[in-house]
Amino acid sequence: MSAESPHVKGGIGQSILRKEDARFIRGKGNYVDDVKLPGMLYLDITRSPYAHAKITAIRTDKALKVPGVLAVITGKDLEAAGLAWMPTLMSDKQMVLPTDTVMYQAQEVAGVVADSRYAAADGAAAVEVDYEPLPVVTNPFKALEPGAPVIRTDRAEKSNHIWHWETGDKSGTDEAMTSAAVRVSQDLYIPRIHVSSMETCGCVAHMDAVSGRFTIWMTTQAPHAIRTVYALVTGLPEQNIRVISPDIGGGFGGKVPVYPGYVIASVASIKTGHPVKWIEDRSENLQADSFARDYHIHAEVGATKDGHVSALRVKTLADHGYTDAAANPSKFPAGLFHIITGSYPFAKAFVEVDAAYTNKPPGGIAYRCSFRVTEAVYTIERMMDILAHKLNVDPAELRLQNFIPPEAFPYRSALGWTYDSGNYAGALKKAMEIIDYAGLRREQAEKRAKGELMGIGISSFTEIVGAGPSQTFDILGIKMFDSAEVRIHPTGKVIARFGTKSQGQGHETTYAQILAEELGIPADDIRVEEGDTDTAPYGLGTYASRSTPTAGAAASMAARKIREKALHIAAHLLEVSPDDIEWKDYAFRVKGVPGKSKTMAEVAFAAYTNHPKGTEAGLEATDYYDPPNMTYPFGSYICVVDIDKETGQVKVRRFVAVDDCGTIINPMIVDGQIHGGLTMGFAPSLLEEIQYDEDGNVHGGTFMDYLVPTAVETPNWETAKTVTPSPHHPIGAKGVGESATVGAPPAIVNAVMDALRPYGVEHIDIPLHPWKVWQVLHGGGKSA
Amino acid sequence: MAATARPVTPAAALTTSGAPTTKIHITVNGQLLSADVEPRTLLVYFLREVLGLTGTHVGCDTTNCGACTVHLDGRPVKSCTVLAVQANGRKVTTVEGLEVGGKLSPVQQAFYEEHGLQCGFCTPGMMMTATALLARNPNPSDAEVRDAIRGNLCRCTGYVNIVKAIKAAGKKMQETPPAGGGA
Repeated sequence: MSAESPHVKGGIGQSILRKEDARFIRGKGNYVDDVKLPGMLYLDITRSPYAHAKITAIRTDKALKVPGVLAVITGKDLEAAGLAWMPTLMSDKQMVLPTDTVMYQAQEVAGVVADSRYAAADGAAAVEVDYEPLPVVTNPFKALEPGAPVIRTDRAEKSNHIWHWETGDKSGTDEAMTSAAVRVSQDLYIPRIHVSSMETCGCVAHMDAVSGRFTIWMTTQAPHAIRTVYALVTGLPEQNIRVISPDIGGGFGGKVPVYPGYVIASVASIKTGHPVKWIEDRSENLQADSFARDYHIHAEVGATKDGHVSALRVKTLADHGYTDAAANPSKFPAGLFHIITGSYPFAKAFVEVDAAYTNKPPGGIAYRCSFRVTEAVYTIERMMDILAHKLNVDPAELRLQNFIPPEAFPYRSALGWTYDSGNYAGALKKAMEIIDYAGLRREQAEKRAKGELMGIGISSFTEIVGAGPSQTFDILGIKMFDSAEVRIHPTGKVIARFGTKSQGQGHETTYAQILAEELGIPADDIRVEEGDTDTAPYGLGTYASRSTPTAGAAASMAARKIREKALHIAAHLLEVSPDDIEWKDYAFRVKGVPGKSKTMAEVAFAAYTNHPKGTEAGLEATDYYDPPNMTYPFGSYICVVDIDKETGQVKVRRFVAVDDCGTIINPMIVDGQIHGGLTMGFAPSLLEEIQYDEDGNVHGGTFMDYLVPTAVETPNWETAKTVTPSPHHPIGAKGVGESATVGAPPAIVNAVMDALRPYGVEHIDIPLHPWKVWQVLHGGGKSA
Repeated sequence: MAATARPVTPAAALTTSGAPTTKIHITVNGQLLSADVEPRTLLVYFLREVLGLTGTHVGCDTTNCGACTVHLDGRPVKSCTVLAVQANGRKVTTVEGLEVGGKLSPVQQAFYEEHGLQCGFCTPGMMMTATALLARNPNPSDAEVRDAIRGNLCRCTGYVNIVKAIKAAGKKMQETPPAGGGA
């Protein structure tokens, strides 16, 4: 530590190595499937081969004769306990196990409990079920046609329409659109995709009949919310429920919902008196867990003839599968889709979304971006390119001409959001410089003259994350604050606990860095814990890039509360008035008296050994942080593609990502988040899609068919940053986990469409598989 | 060989009551073991459930994801598609066997230093594949690294830092020949 530049080891802005890696690189992580309890039994699940069918009989006798099988649980058993159905996060309901009808292929039909993993699987295969197939609806447009088979006959409303939601100035937008000199419109479909975290979902449920204590180790991103939901659904007293979320092998939103398997395992434990483990296999994971996207979007943009955007009108049909199990804040059934005006100052905008039931598993769950921000960004960034083409201007120029300028922040969008800070032109110009945009355009012109296909695509996205202010944001009524509890021990070492739950983001390191910065204690001396509802303060969990904006802020605020108390102890130790003390350069210093100071560690020792009379001993604080606003990370991405004319294969040659997530806590970790996010933006653009045939059979139910990118396809990402701190976050950070997944797809698709410009095609829906591109190259067609 | 083997008892987790079993002798991370296993027992479950070596993960059961990669006689295999009985009389190295004498292997060290992991779930399998690659090619190009790990899926990192880590480990191994390394 030099006097010139005071710093604390492991403070904000340092690329310190991750604390959690010590166990992971040794194979000593503790994931749910690693939990082993004495007497533990295993659950396997019998699933439906049909997408829609009446169950006329379930025969369990053969399964019960399989050696090792102890019990079979069906919907009828659960119905008796009032647990055949359970609520979804969006106040709809979902089946735990069906009593009479299955509504999607691979739906859970019976649970088999056995004394070994293999015996449970044998038992699940031996359960005999008679089905009477019913008409299947997998297309949401057809689902809403008159006379379509009604899927959810349990509802009062006899239709497949779930809800209509709209926001914005309808008549004003209609007028602005009508009077716009230039108008473009496009249908965009964002297909169903699946997060496919490398660890599937699972749990170990243990009801201790003697103590009445129910403990569940589960793959959940939101342990506290799960505890409360369990208490409300089962009637178990909340203090007797302990949810432990151990190491999580990737979440990306797929581990927010409560899946039937968790509940069946819980019931199985209550029924048998033993701990019960349920670990789904990959096919179950890909076929039955909640899905993302599935948005059919129609977008229109109006502009002046010199290219100033004026109006945005969007109509969307959302396919939610058989239940609305999306993980959105209660007030926003279409999530934050109304961030769709993006980085541009639309004066008028109107968005409407209708949701439909189909015979598919629940949709509307995140894929490294919940709350529909990806859908919004994809739409607006595609539309900006389509507008640029119509106006025959360069897409970079059109964006630069339209961006909300830095001086306009805080900026209130036409759809009601107040953007906290931004410098959109700064990010785009930086990306253009890094990639040599002008040079690329020259190269493209030369190649085009030779008949070669090269494309350049831009995306200048604005995200909305950090849910959120409790006035507007809740899930099932629980407000979306988050929390930190910080204790400094007598020797100046810290334990800090949080209401969030890392799934690979590195919270054990980054939270320690925030606290190191605020407390002047090296990050090495700070232990971070999450994921045990018995010990951690209440919080809503980790998803939607909310951990840094909420719990990260709580860390700062709790530390500042501690500093306030510590300052008085320091004054006591230094025998001066608290007014004469300041917190400067990571120590309490007597103003104007160099060298007279106390470190936090010295103060901590005194807090337990020599605290001032009339004050409480100890040095700890808890903060429940209710953010005053959302944060609005942004960035500009530029993608260069080459297309093989013979095969239609798209190759991403270069991809430059300039991100601005405000203050950067750990540059190494932020880059890692961007790399991963970009790959999960690349995947649905070119590879991934879950499709269903008209009988509701899922295609893409294994990794043979569902193309998670390997190292061979994945581009070598180039990253850079600008830093525009959030004005309302204690350290100016905005959250970064999802930016790249949100920002990447339109850059890639814009690049491909740019390459295909000579073929007169305006749009192809993702994923841009070679066959779709090949069709355009060989025989045209307006779109594939 | 059998005389010196430490017998291990298959956990209840894997045995079906009354099912026939086969005796196997297998050297895991340098230790010779013997066990009676059901012939259908997959190597990955034998390692995880019987031996408690839970560093080897199951990500897909279909040989696609590589989270279960271990070395069988020095070659990387996906242990979800190898029967425990196929490993009879052979040597298996798992992620737990990479560290030698309390010292991380160059690959482990490089994954740590280059931020080559996030959630950690694919990491053990990824490191086993990387270790085998570097044993046969200590100075691989980017393309060779990417090709070598194409059977190991990672959902978190976007592979950039994994490629960096593997190349860094190769470089380190050339500078100082490793004491262990598992291959």
